[in-house]
Amino acid sequence: MAILEVNNLGKNFGKTKVLKDISFSLEKGKTLAIIGSSGSGKTTLLRCLNFLERPTKGQIIVNGNSLLDDSHGKLSERELREKRLHFGMVFQNFNLFPQYTALENVTLAKKLMAKELPEYKTKKKEILEEIDNTGKSILRKMGLEERMDHYPHQLSGGQKQRVAIARALALNPDILCFDEPTSALDPELTGEVLKVIRELAEQNTTMIIVTHEMAFARDVADYIIFMDDGYIVEQGAAKELIDNPKEERTKQFLTKY
Amino acid sequence: MFWTVTLTLFNGMFTTFEIFILTLLFALPLGLIIALGLLTPAKYILNVIIWIIRGTPLMLQLMVIFYVPGMLGYQVWSGNEAGRIAATVVAFTINYSCYFAVIFKGGIQGVPKGQYEAGQVLGMTRTQIFFKITLLQMIKRVVPPMSNEIITLVKDTSLARIIAAYELTFAGFSFMKSAGLTWPLFYTGLYYLLFVGILTVIFNIIERKLDYFKYE
Repeated sequence: MAILEVNNLGKNFGKTKVLKDISFSLEKGKTLAIIGSSGSGKTTLLRCLNFLERPTKGQIIVNGNSLLDDSHGKLSERELREKRLHFGMVFQNFNLFPQYTALENVTLAKKLMAKELPEYKTKKKEILEEIDNTGKSILRKMGLEERMDHYPHQLSGGQKQRVAIARALALNPDILCFDEPTSALDPELTGEVLKVIRELAEQNTTMIIVTHEMAFARDVADYIIFMDDGYIVEQGAAKELIDNPKEERTKQFLTKY
Repeated sequence: MFWTVTLTLFNGMFTTFEIFILTLLFALPLGLIIALGLLTPAKYILNVIIWIIRGTPLMLQLMVIFYVPGMLGYQVWSGNEAGRIAATVVAFTINYSCYFAVIFKGGIQGVPKGQYEAGQVLGMTRTQIFFKITLLQMIKRVVPPMSNEIITLVKDTSLARIIAAYELTFAGFSFMKSAGLTWPLFYTGLYYLLFVGILTVIFNIIERKLDYFKYE
């Protein structure tokens, strides 16, 4: 069964239609790559899934629960937060919190959420300790054992992005989204981030990755969506789409890589 | 004579300090409110007010606040020392809150949008994002320009002499009239230097405390 289903999603900025009639679905444990030139709407699509932008129309269904339908009521902050937590987000520019260490970046949100637990007052110490331990083990998986107590400005770009991935993973999102995770990195740092994402794919993490790394997308993703001018031009199995694109526009795009 | 002058100046210093601390106490929160207002449609009105306040001498504003109510027939300020200090604090608060507001606005806008968005996707509330993420980054940004303004405020307190508030410079002047001495006036410079010296040390400590992180 599909963990994510997007139907006829549309987004307008004023009169400009940035997303037009986007429909796709994703099964649990699979990786979807979204490719396309700049301005094709890839990033906007991710931002809509994370409710950083409010879609103009369409449906988003996660695990059978509709997060968005065509009723246009105002969402309360609480509702928005609940919807957002289905998705994790890794940004192109990391957006780590500079005043917190790597570990604190990873644990902050969870610690704040723990305050809402009914048993927080009585078991505060155990709860916080457990959150710290989980955070440490995620960072260890990211190969950042030695960097947990470093502040973001003391980390390389690749390390920062791995902390950002750990931070998103810490909340156990249903679907982890990446917005061009290696675009702000030097070529020699790109590899370490891609390696981590590859490992996540091998562990069947459900992911949506907006990327310009075609070889990586072909290799790691199960499915690929090619977007152009706000539309999905073509979608299908990753290798098939890259090796034998059907649409003229897709062929044009891929010859550039 | 030296000790008499020193003690008298201390007396004036007390009023200087009073004006300084009360102005800070009122102008900091008011500045923050105006800064938040500058991010709403109210900015058009607020910008005109800021233009007027920053565009005219503080001494003139002080005289307007002190004399104009009386000229219009309202007895706002009592004729004694307390009334003069109150008028000074009101004029200074209006003036400094406008300067502070512009600095605060810069601090608020200086935090990248990505910081808010990272908080949002992690399910934080607006309040949590403000207190746990952006506030400290804003503070770090505004400390250097604020220390400049606050140091200027120390010396601006000497303007209160124009409405005869008995602050440090006025105390220094008084010896010229009463005893024909000019050196007490120059001697006041030492008091200002000492005051500003202490503030500089405090600001340096704050800056160093915030030095452990750098912006993304």
